Amino acid sequence: MDEIGDFLAAYSTLVGFVGVSALLALSVWVTLYAGQLTLGNAAFMGIGAYVSALLGRHLGTPFPIALVVGALAAGATAAPLGLTVFRLRGVYLAIATLAFGEVVRVILLATPITGKGQGLNGIPPKTELWHIYLSLAVVAYVLWRVQGSTVGRAWAAIREDETAAASQGIAVRRYKLGAFVAGALVAAWAGGLSAHLTFSIEPNDFAFSKAVQILVFAVVGGIPNPLGPIFGAALLTALPELLRPLKDYRDILQGLILLLVIIYLPRGLVTVAQLRRTRRLQEIGAADVA
Amino acid sequence: MFEQLYNAIFIGSIYALFAVGFALVFSVLDILNLAHPTVFMLGAFTALFVIATLGLPWYAAIVIAFVATGLFGIVLDRIAFAPLRRRGAPPLSAMISSLAVTLIVVRLVELRYGGDFITFPRGTVPSFLLHVGDATLEGVRLAIIVLAIVLMLGLTYLVRSTSLGRDIRALAENPRAARILGVDVERAIAATFFISSALGGLAGVLLGFAYDSVDSKMGLPLELRAFTVMVVGGMGSLPGAVLGAYLLGLGEVASLVYLPAELRDAFAFGLLFLVLIVRPSGLLGQRVVDRV
Repeated sequence: MDEIGDFLAAYSTLVGFVGVSALLALSVWVTLYAGQLTLGNAAFMGIGAYVSALLGRHLGTPFPIALVVGALAAGATAAPLGLTVFRLRGVYLAIATLAFGEVVRVILLATPITGKGQGLNGIPPKTELWHIYLSLAVVAYVLWRVQGSTVGRAWAAIREDETAAASQGIAVRRYKLGAFVAGALVAAWAGGLSAHLTFSIEPNDFAFSKAVQILVFAVVGGIPNPLGPIFGAALLTALPELLRPLKDYRDILQGLILLLVIIYLPRGLVTVAQLRRTRRLQEIGAADVA
Repeated sequence: MFEQLYNAIFIGSIYALFAVGFALVFSVLDILNLAHPTVFMLGAFTALFVIATLGLPWYAAIVIAFVATGLFGIVLDRIAFAPLRRRGAPPLSAMISSLAVTLIVVRLVELRYGGDFITFPRGTVPSFLLHVGDATLEGVRLAIIVLAIVLMLGLTYLVRSTSLGRDIRALAENPRAARILGVDVERAIAATFFISSALGGLAGVLLGFAYDSVDSKMGLPLELRAFTVMVVGGMGSLPGAVLGAYLLGLGEVASLVYLPAELRDAFAFGLLFLVLIVRPSGLLGQRVVDRV
């Protein structure tokens, strides 16, 4: 019986992690959809995690309010940051947001109240699975609807050609900033949920490798619509656990999947279904449709 | 004070060797090669293998590691970058494919050597002390500084004054025009990757020798530092990367003296962030031009 109990406990944690990963993947999808390669979402996740955990610990703030304040703190950081870094493009923007993430990590490492390198332990496990999945459903629904709205079309226009978008009267800066802050809010919300799921957090949980991991979720899944990141996050979070018997080789396997997807499925796993259609179009000479 | 300056120049030389290769690939092919730290680590492990398993002396290890990591760079390009280049994929794709290679290679090394620090067999790595005034310095570091400077001068000569260098510069300027003008583009790309990776791998060997320690994660701290060095110097500028590397080395050693240990990393990333905000083109870079 104990073994079954253990299995279920492990399983429900995994299901929780899958949901958190999916939220994080969506948080970076927003900015990618607007054509901005940002790598600050791990730091925003960290801000959400630390702020909500510290509020609960020191002020006894109720869990939902702590989550909201954590998200708002990240949003309030993202707004001025976005205004400063959005003159940069492409890899410059990626590196600047990465540097921001490292600065946040170092501040967490050096501040007494955040527990420095030890991090925070004994965070009460207040996150229920339905919290995560309700959040995921709401965020995914909102993003799905946004896609077809004026905002979504503005983001797509900026992604395709920023200068042309501006010349069409789209307020490029405002839309880019909106995408950035929205991504920060979602990432911080996911951070607050994950902090209250995992018992302890430390600065290195939100470092460079996490930022890259979040990006990989989204890219492997596919950017064309919000389902891609959810799918990518679920696959890449669950796979290592499911491959536990092969644990010596799972990084290798994950690397191979990543390599194959990026080379052969440039638009992500969600396009597998469309692939056959595309191939047929290529055969009749109508390539590059998808 | 003198010892600290010495160590700053030593660590700056390692950063420079590493970052110059990183910047070379970026300037020629617009690729941020996230597998460069892995090449660095591979260099150190190749040296370990040559010395501990094959029983050859340290200078053989340097030469073999240099060539082996250079060849690895060419293979890396064939596997991870060439297919993307043919398709005209965005820069993001190359970052992710090089990351995938990193995952695979780091794990393969760990399967053979484990994840812990490994030292070279006793007495196989050169080590001697220099006495300058009342300071005691590790002599190997001086040799490394000299070797790094010689190599960087050699690279400068190669890029500026040889026909291969001209091909590489033509490729960096405009791949299509280069091809039309008869440049063997594939050869120039292979040479770029060979040089970049051989220098990166050599930096790993030298750091491994200096610290007498090798581990599968030893490249990680260099990744973000290479970004810093490149941005501070100006993206893709080789002299800029060298200048940035020594500035970073000096700044880090100075911040170790004046700031608490936890803030050591803050210097590199604070500097990176500041330069990006104030002068994104870097110290020696050209103004960033909107390509639209």
